[in-house]
Amino acid sequence: MKALLPRLGAAVLLAASFGHQAIAAELTFWSWRQEDRAVYQEIIADFNKLHPDVKIKFEAFEPTTYNTILSTALAGGKGPDLIQARAYGGLEAFAKPGYLLALDKTMVPELDNFSADALAAESMREDGKVYAVPFATQSMVVLYNKDTFKSHALQPPETWDDLIAAAKMFKGMGMMAFANGTATAWQNEVLMGGIAPSFYGREFNADLVAGKATFEDKRFVDALTKLTELKEYLPTGFTGVDYPTMQQLFISGRAAMIVAGSFEIANFRKQNPKLDIGVMPGPAPTKGAPRLVSLFVDGGYAINAKTPYKDDAIKFIRYTATPRFGDLFSNKLGNVSPIKGVKIEDGLLAEVAKVNASSAPYVMLVNFRYQEPTGSALIQTGVQKMMAGQATPAQVGAEVTKGIAAYYKPFQK
Amino acid sequence: MGARSLTTMSPRLRRTLWIAALLAPAVLLLATIVVTPILSAFVYAFYKWQGLARVGFAGLENFRLILFQPPFSTWTYNAFLHNIIVFVALMVVQNGTAFFLAAALSKGLRLHRFHQVSLFLPVILSTVIIGFLWKLFLNPLFGLVNQTLIAVGLASWAQPWLGQPSTALGSLILVNAWHWVGFPTLVYLAGMQRIPREILEAAEIDGAGEWTRLRRVVWPLVAPSTTIVVILTFIGAFNWFELPYIMSGLEGSPFHTTDVLGLYFYRTAFGTVSSGLQDFGRGNALAVLIFLFILAVSAWWIRLLRRREIDL
Repeated sequence: MKALLPRLGAAVLLAASFGHQAIAAELTFWSWRQEDRAVYQEIIADFNKLHPDVKIKFEAFEPTTYNTILSTALAGGKGPDLIQARAYGGLEAFAKPGYLLALDKTMVPELDNFSADALAAESMREDGKVYAVPFATQSMVVLYNKDTFKSHALQPPETWDDLIAAAKMFKGMGMMAFANGTATAWQNEVLMGGIAPSFYGREFNADLVAGKATFEDKRFVDALTKLTELKEYLPTGFTGVDYPTMQQLFISGRAAMIVAGSFEIANFRKQNPKLDIGVMPGPAPTKGAPRLVSLFVDGGYAINAKTPYKDDAIKFIRYTATPRFGDLFSNKLGNVSPIKGVKIEDGLLAEVAKVNASSAPYVMLVNFRYQEPTGSALIQTGVQKMMAGQATPAQVGAEVTKGIAAYYKPFQK
Repeated sequence: MGARSLTTMSPRLRRTLWIAALLAPAVLLLATIVVTPILSAFVYAFYKWQGLARVGFAGLENFRLILFQPPFSTWTYNAFLHNIIVFVALMVVQNGTAFFLAAALSKGLRLHRFHQVSLFLPVILSTVIIGFLWKLFLNPLFGLVNQTLIAVGLASWAQPWLGQPSTALGSLILVNAWHWVGFPTLVYLAGMQRIPREILEAAEIDGAGEWTRLRRVVWPLVAPSTTIVVILTFIGAFNWFELPYIMSGLEGSPFHTTDVLGLYFYRTAFGTVSSGLQDFGRGNALAVLIFLFILAVSAWWIRLLRRREIDL
């Protein structure tokens, strides 16, 4: 099976390279977003209004096998001309072996349209060069059912105390306050990402990166402790409530709130168009204190370092860095574009973009998903254990620090 | 010329060539799709990997990491321990039940055909269906199991079965037993039907009761069936993947309490979208160790179990 994979890839690659020769001046563009095919056709048509001479063929693959297919093709010196790439550790896996073309501002002046954080997500840490143009940001937020809040004459909570008071009220009436469960490992990281940053603050993030703090830091441990206070307001048997169940609890209106990724919104609305969703950042520790969401870049568009059509590829990549593209992307695909000056028509999405303005990096993905054991793997089981009452917040902090210390010097004592 | 030399060949050589020609396609097929991957896994385990690209010789480093470097080694031993628990539990629950079911079926009582078929029915269903079905049944909020308990007034017994360490692995084992019990039952039944009637009748005349006959006559005489069942259960328990993957996810939720070597291998070699990176080196090292372990233990066991078999 394992040895078969490269062969499978070789077959794909062979097919791809034949396709290449048959239609000479057509660029291929690979993506893992099969469901976005129609919108990408529109985007390419819009691009062709500016550059009618550049032909682009969009091809989408299964998300779970996309990395394997792409890395096989690239390892053989082939692959598409334009590549939808991931961010952070997922980008480095492709940039490090030299598969991607480094972009700079002389080549793509439109990189000025992005924040430093967004560009950092698509850069390699070693050389600091940008390898892809970021296409979307996602954040960990609290989604709430507006109708439920309205019918109980409740305002969306601002502080932690407001949130607990609202949750208590819902619980008292026999309703579910939160839809969150902990059975699916990665949802525990989402839960932390939605609530914890407002408590540990942006300085903690900065100290982590500077090597001045570990996850044993009081700020982080206290933030985790806040999560345990939510236990009472999660569904009965929440340790056995998995991701699909959580989604259904919120979509069906049985739960008033859910701590979730902003990427859920499009899917929730599709499944229940009548659901009136509100979005807010996690509550503030005290009135007036900043409320932070965990923010990350979803991925970016990159150029194959070996493409024979470099100039044409750059034309397209420059286009994907313009507000013109960002408008199409945000309004057609329902995701927040990181490009400055994008006008979002949809009300809820515009709210998400507003909430994203006050953010901290989604800490494990942004900083500790480059090497094994990843911070994500450690925090996911850590929080899961803590919420089940089998570990204290301090133990989780220590465990995560110890795991990351294997490769992160500042954590080594 | 060819025909002539064929006729002058010794019959023995001709026979050998004939057999070789017949075997060649199968051997070739096995060599390409079974032997080559296994051998390449051995080679891959000694390299450093970046995605699918080999980037350098690693020596024994991958093995050192998974065997001696926490948290990797902790995960390895944790998963290994669970495989052993699964094996022992399946031997007792699944195969123990199967032995007694087979004994009951072999009596040829009324409706025994019907029972035989219904016992075997779940075996035909795919693990994916069984996994999803039981995951729904065990859902803490809407699941059939908890709903039933609440309906009969046992609300306090309702549990998040798959969400707590005390019941998660046990639930998976029971689901596996429910799925597969028909198979060892059939194997034992076949074994029991091979026992000559006279032997059992002689025991009965000597005054041996039902239990004594089962214990002293039937059990030793179905030893070949036990050999098959033990070895297959062992291999199955150590290759356990689909059911825990569907019911508790790649991470062996909650917090690795249902983690087994199969999940750990997959997570390591292929990564997960939401938490891990892929590392073919460590993954292959793990695969090699699992393979060698299963091979060695199965070989040793087959020798051991064969010794207690009696020819009828």
